Amino acid sequence: MSERSRPLSPHLLIYRFEWPMLLSITHRFTGVGLAGGAIVLVWWLIALAVGPEYFAYAQAILGSWVGRLLLLGWTWATFYHLCNGIRHLCWDGGWGFELRVARATGVLVVIMSIVLTLAAWLIAYAARGG
Amino acid sequence: MSERTPLARARGLGAAHGGTHHWWIQRATSVVMVPLVLWFAFSLAALGPADHATAAAWVAHPVNAVLALVLIAAMFHHLHLGLEVIIEDYVHSRWVKFATLILQKFVTIIFGFGAAFAVLKIALS
Repeated sequence: MSERSRPLSPHLLIYRFEWPMLLSITHRFTGVGLAGGAIVLVWWLIALAVGPEYFAYAQAILGSWVGRLLLLGWTWATFYHLCNGIRHLCWDGGWGFELRVARATGVLVVIMSIVLTLAAWLIAYAARGG
Repeated sequence: MSERTPLARARGLGAAHGGTHHWWIQRATSVVMVPLVLWFAFSLAALGPADHATAAAWVAHPVNAVLALVLIAAMFHHLHLGLEVIIEDYVHSRWVKFATLILQKFVTIIFGFGAAFAVLKIALS
């Protein structure tokens, strides 16, 4: 097949590692992870629509330590993808391409994703009552 | 010499037969989702450990139900476009790519409609 012999991009392994590379691929990874999270969100909504008994079962699974660990991951992925998405929108508008600005916004994205994750979980635990 | 007028290029219709629409919708849905995701994430965090009555009452509130439906539409459209680009990037065999793209479309539509149906059922019951 001719399509087999075509050169393929990207050639990741020939580049020296740079942190923005990691931020970039993390946007894609979190995107895929959030697509998985969307399935869980649908399940949660359907559990809510089914009735109290099944909803309690769903809440128990999500409230277990495995469930909470996954939810923590999805919370961070949500805020990372959101913040880095805004960064991408700025680039689309032509702003922030200078190396120094791009690095600074990258750091800001990581910090904001962690801050927002902590805020959401503080609210969750406050709502739970300790 | 080409017989094509520059109009086709101006419209962004090259060999792909499609221009900026895919790119543009992905940006439009992301802009819509910035406030909606912040609202929804923090609302769910506050609801997190809620019992059925509390959670159902929250979803059933007209403002929440409508915003949730808008978010679901934007979210599933956005993740559909995102997964499409990823499949196009990494699946190189023509027929596997075709099958994966169609399957992804179907699965995304089913889950998107499932989410919307659940919200409507809760809101209208």
